[in-house]
Amino acid sequence: MSAPAKTSADPAVAGEQRGTRRRRQKGIAGNTLWFWVFVGPFVLGLLIFSYLPILWSLVLSFFEAYNTATPSKFVGLQNYVDMLTDRNFLSSLGTFTIFAVFIVPLTFVLSLALALLVNQVKVARAFFRSVFFLPTACSYVVASLIWKLSIFNGVRFGLANTVLGWFGIENIAWLSTVDPPWYWLPLVTVRLWLQLGFYMILFIAGLQRISPTLYEAAYVDGAKPGWQVFRYITLPQLRATSVAVLILNLIAAYQAFDEFYNLVGNVNYARPPLVYLYGISLGSIQDLGHGSAGALILAVIIMLVTLLQNRIFGFGKAGD
Amino acid sequence: MPAHVPNAGLTRRDLLKRTGGLAALAAFTAACGGNTGRPSSGGGGGGSKPNLSQWYHQYGETGTQQAALKYAKAYTDANVAVQWTPGDYDAKLASGLLSSKGPDVFEGHFNISMVKSNQVVPLDDIMADVKDDFQPGDLATNTLDGKIYGIRMIIDPQVIYYKKSLLDKAGIKPPETIDDLISAAKELTTNKVKGIFVGNDGGNVMGGPALYSSGGEYLTKDNKPGFTGDRAAQAFGKLHELYASKSILLGAPTDWWDPTAINQGLVAMQFIGMWAVPGMQKVLGDDIGVIPFPKLDAQAKPAVYSGGWTQFVSAKSANVEAAKKYVKWLWIDKAEYQEDWSLNYGFHIPPRKSLAAKASKLQSGVAADTVKLTQDYGYTDNPAWTPKMGTAFGDMLTNVIKKGADPAAEIAKAEKTVNGELTRLFG
Repeated sequence: MSAPAKTSADPAVAGEQRGTRRRRQKGIAGNTLWFWVFVGPFVLGLLIFSYLPILWSLVLSFFEAYNTATPSKFVGLQNYVDMLTDRNFLSSLGTFTIFAVFIVPLTFVLSLALALLVNQVKVARAFFRSVFFLPTACSYVVASLIWKLSIFNGVRFGLANTVLGWFGIENIAWLSTVDPPWYWLPLVTVRLWLQLGFYMILFIAGLQRISPTLYEAAYVDGAKPGWQVFRYITLPQLRATSVAVLILNLIAAYQAFDEFYNLVGNVNYARPPLVYLYGISLGSIQDLGHGSAGALILAVIIMLVTLLQNRIFGFGKAGD
Repeated sequence: MPAHVPNAGLTRRDLLKRTGGLAALAAFTAACGGNTGRPSSGGGGGGSKPNLSQWYHQYGETGTQQAALKYAKAYTDANVAVQWTPGDYDAKLASGLLSSKGPDVFEGHFNISMVKSNQVVPLDDIMADVKDDFQPGDLATNTLDGKIYGIRMIIDPQVIYYKKSLLDKAGIKPPETIDDLISAAKELTTNKVKGIFVGNDGGNVMGGPALYSSGGEYLTKDNKPGFTGDRAAQAFGKLHELYASKSILLGAPTDWWDPTAINQGLVAMQFIGMWAVPGMQKVLGDDIGVIPFPKLDAQAKPAVYSGGWTQFVSAKSANVEAAKKYVKWLWIDKAEYQEDWSLNYGFHIPPRKSLAAKASKLQSGVAADTVKLTQDYGYTDNPAWTPKMGTAFGDMLTNVIKKGADPAAEIAKAEKTVNGELTRLFG
């Protein structure tokens, strides 16, 4: 016969339960308090500086709002219609597409290559990692100005033109020539310089998660070091990292602003969506109704593309 | 640490929690702060004197910031704080004017949107006694529906300066038509020196002068697009011809408003404002000549854009009357400050006729020539020409000048945007 189970009717048990509950409640209250002390300010910041403006932008997008952030005249979906038929806005999406076509694959391939190289270095690995990562700390504005004034200025004392001069090639106005469109070279290289280190670190983290036993097994099975191992072991094992790199990269490309604004200015042949929307909303035009509609259209496009990319690459699937 | 020990001090965890919490709070409160540009001594009161914030863009000429600070400090009826803004002043100003944290007094360029959205107050009362002492064009550019909204601070004619010695050496006379200008630029181009610098964008800044030199204008008197038609298209096409001639400097470290390119011998001619004359004279001495933007052909006349800056009082200011009083003191009553501002740093024409007449520095040499050209061919902005119209016009120019697009087709696209704006503004 088993011993009778203790019940809460038993005064000793009831007291013990009450004590436990009090301790748990006190613990929860303490944890909750400190959770909000730490997280609260940031949540508040997020609400005030991110969600509230997005909500306000949504409201403004249905109104006429010239030179004011207060809705002045309800126009329904007209701002959206205007933006979707605005050749400059559509052309800015085209500029983004060209930029993304250059920057996404280049960043992917080069950061992966750098990660593989740095990961294989036997000595001073931390040094090389830091050297390639350091540009990430540099401001886009500062880097753009260095590119514009020192490396790619169009006169004879620009670095690129000096080098070309050694080979008897005439000066090139890198940032002003549209035929051929040389401005893409500074635009793409400055971003590559700035962001390769960051994605390289992501890939290194991914590489270090791959179990050495997989490589050993591959060698036992006759795989040759080099391309074969990379193709059949390393690359598949980096799938999750690769997808993350691609998604982050594409979103970052959509958000391109600083290098375009500082290198070529607000010109219609190289104007990504954010520069165009900045010009409409926050520049001297101050048309916040159309600007808000454009910003929300862009946000939806980014979300859709990210979801599509997710679906194609299966990011987060079991087994990743 | 045993819990029963009284005053045992903080555990490591407690210390981390408290310092972490404080740091987060400090970061958040710091983020909520902001510099409105007003003196820190108080809000609207500041003792018995009101606090005013005055915004300037960054002038390129040395000493201008110190001068602005000196004027503000000399004013005794209010505490005036000067904000000097490098970079994109227009964007900062436009954002500042959306809120009450913006300037009380600011410099800028007038357009109808500023009135429609109640950003500026009329200044007729403080202008009443001196109205006749201003050039009609400078009054018109700041007037809407009979009310004057701004006081012109300086007049900045924009013209083409050239190195006389290089033109003489090449046996070229100063260009009189756009075709002359294009061929002069070609002839003056060598391995080391380009013919002309008209900005790194290839010449958008000359779009307005080219239009006026063809007999056109941004908007007609009855507010219709005035930049359409064959002659305007022809003028814009000439700008493309100049760009395509490969005789213009592109990719210079500084842009058209800075005289570095002509001073460093990178070009023989440069489109620039009269503000740069002292800087050019310092380097080039008397080797400078000036021409207006040349006429399109015999039927037309040259053009000089008579730009400049205007002082406004923000309608959102908490101290509108005090701001108006300060503006009157600085830009109307204190003649010596206007003279100092116009002539002691860069060269600008003082907007008051009485002051311009006795501006000795503008009465000889290339400065005097520029003043004369402005009198003969100057035109000012139309207040109905909004930034949105300006952007459409600029995009049209970029497509024509740099991409070689058909001017007529590009004009039609810009006209559509401008008509949309005109309908919004005038119905």
